[in-house]
Amino acid sequence: MSTDPAAPQAPGRTTGAPGARPAVGRSRAWIAWLFLLPALVLLGALVAYPIAYSVYRSLFDASGGAFVGLANYGEIFTDSGILTALRNNLIWVIVAPSLATALGLLFAVLTERIRWATAFKLIVFMPMAVSMLAAGITFRLVYEQDPERGVANAVWTGVHDTFAESSPWPGAQPREGAGLEPSDGGAFTTKATASAGEVALLPLVGIPPKEAAGAQRAEPAPRAEGGGVAGVVWLDFVRGGGSEHGRVDAGEKGLAGVKVEAVKDGKRIAEATSGPDGVFTLPPSADGAQLRLPASNFAAPYGGVDWLGPTLVTPAIIGSYVWMWAGFAMVLIAAGLAGIPRELLEAARMDGANEWQVFRRVTVPVLAPVLGVVFVTLVINVLKIFDLVYVIAPGATQSDANVLALQLYLSSFGSSADQGVGSAIAVVLLLLVVPVMVVNIRRLRRESQR
Amino acid sequence: MTTVSTPARAPEPTNERPGSGPRRRTAGARVAALTGHWAVRLFLVVIALFWLMPTAGLLGSSVRDRADISTSGWWQIFGFSSSFPWIIDPGRLTLDNYDALLTNAQITDSVVTTVLITVPATVLVVLVAALAGYAFAWLDFPGRDYWFLAVVGLLVVPVQVALVPVAKLFNALGIFETTPGVVLFHTAFGLPFGIFLLRSFFAEIPRELLEAARLDGAGEIRLFTRVVLPLGGPAIASLGIFQFLWVWNDMLVALIFADAANPPITVALQQQVRQFGNNIDVLAPGAFLSMLIPLAVFFAFQKQFVSGVMAGAVK
Repeated sequence: MSTDPAAPQAPGRTTGAPGARPAVGRSRAWIAWLFLLPALVLLGALVAYPIAYSVYRSLFDASGGAFVGLANYGEIFTDSGILTALRNNLIWVIVAPSLATALGLLFAVLTERIRWATAFKLIVFMPMAVSMLAAGITFRLVYEQDPERGVANAVWTGVHDTFAESSPWPGAQPREGAGLEPSDGGAFTTKATASAGEVALLPLVGIPPKEAAGAQRAEPAPRAEGGGVAGVVWLDFVRGGGSEHGRVDAGEKGLAGVKVEAVKDGKRIAEATSGPDGVFTLPPSADGAQLRLPASNFAAPYGGVDWLGPTLVTPAIIGSYVWMWAGFAMVLIAAGLAGIPRELLEAARMDGANEWQVFRRVTVPVLAPVLGVVFVTLVINVLKIFDLVYVIAPGATQSDANVLALQLYLSSFGSSADQGVGSAIAVVLLLLVVPVMVVNIRRLRRESQR
Repeated sequence: MTTVSTPARAPEPTNERPGSGPRRRTAGARVAALTGHWAVRLFLVVIALFWLMPTAGLLGSSVRDRADISTSGWWQIFGFSSSFPWIIDPGRLTLDNYDALLTNAQITDSVVTTVLITVPATVLVVLVAALAGYAFAWLDFPGRDYWFLAVVGLLVVPVQVALVPVAKLFNALGIFETTPGVVLFHTAFGLPFGIFLLRSFFAEIPRELLEAARLDGAGEIRLFTRVVLPLGGPAIASLGIFQFLWVWNDMLVALIFADAANPPITVALQQQVRQFGNNIDVLAPGAFLSMLIPLAVFFAFQKQFVSGVMAGAVK
């Protein structure tokens, strides 16, 4: 990484400015034009002329034959698809540069005194060198829905299952005719009431035998100590058949971890969880209560977050952008940091400021110009964001992830192209960068007058 | 941030000037700073791993069997044995995907196309921008400053603005959907930055050098090729690397202006993305392959790349 203590060069910053230098010797103007010719032809034909043509073209309809005035611009602000793109662009422009700049600042400050800072910076900066297409494919893999395959959901479900109880037997249901009826919200409740001294039998089916293969044999005749209600929850199924429904046969497995609630008049009065042999024991107060198996026993396993679904697709893609560009912010800010005189920080520390105050009151204000340059650069970059969205958003949610540059491409070259609208979007994009253009030119002129 | 420094540690030249101000710190503050330091290191390690993970996942996926990819995640390559679960099990890796990719003419042809676009577009930008940069820095012609300001104004023009008009223009010229068309487009859009960068650098060349060469009877062409170009080396390297990466990694321009039957690697892979899911055995190694050259360039020329990025801020 650069150890140049100078702050990042803003355009025109360290250089001689126009007008400052007389030309060398006696060169004639036509030689100068000869040197300039290739550049001026290319810039004129492929950059400057297209700007004029886009403005002109945006005033005509799809075929290009009929003058429609500003109707194409009206369409940008009325077409629901383009409005989504506008809204998403707004989110992009606010969130992505702020996040990347903030992370860049954080990393730059934290690595300042780390010996392996160069290695760290290389790792974070590296994604900037790869194409947005490659980054897009990379993140398609990260965001895969199946927690078995996509690392984002693998981590997310891992965290989720650590804090939330997962259901022991997803998809299980009671054996039909065994007296368990569906009650509200996916739970099952016995028709009959349980009584102390009798064994409550709660047979379940619908569990693939291999899931229960490791389970203990179900206990056919559990007994409750102290006059409570005892029962057994088991998989009422033996491979190959031959078992009697509703009875604990040899070879049938007990289902552990099933929650059983005792309910009287709709109120839960006790609950128990089945052991490895499927046995549960409720206190004597459960005598005469109905037994309920709450829905949490059977809920499908948590499948993670739908990263590329309609609501999260834009934040997810912004995440991949920040992965690519936080390194850019970090490197520029680190160069700026290196330029801060140490004495300034030491003076603040000697005045009794703690590290946070030094950061907040000295580092950030001194860095403000660099942060500004980084932020503006990222804003311009984000305005043009195309590849990442085009590659990461699946077909189904592409319209939810739409941005102006993508809409421009679709409007101009898509199946139902309207180059009038496409050109209007191009002009809007251009107008959005005009302020930066003006600032650049002004800064340069200021330099030249110095 | 702390100011703790041990004698064993070499002072970092840019960060720490030994003896720059007295250190008034109590032992307690030192300990607090150290623990903070320790936590900061841990945090940075976590962040670095986090940053590496997507690329590691791509690489991991690319060396797995097609059947494995469709059933489980890339992290299943770990688990060498029960006592070394964090070591990669070489038995679970295969280079078959790369084998298939390198015998896939569509992919290998697209890499060739990428090279055929990138190299000329890089050389041309350097050449044309150097000519113009020299003229702006050292030659005299009417309106020089205004022309230069106009070029600077074009720095931030988004390529999107030019797509439709240039497509029409290229159509008329008969170079739409051809490699020369893509090269010209990239050259034109690389010029504002190139001219800006090289002009700044050329302007720093000592006047005496140029005047001495002129006294020796060198003409403008000789001056340019013998004095300005050699002295402009570092800036030319920055520009070249920047432009090389930019063009190599481009997808949008190629999507529109390249020959659809013979596209560069980005477009070839993009066509595959539409069936994302059952072709990861092509996409993952393909994407990784497309990253190799940019990463190699990046690691080889970090310094020039960084200075290019710095100069290019607000592009």
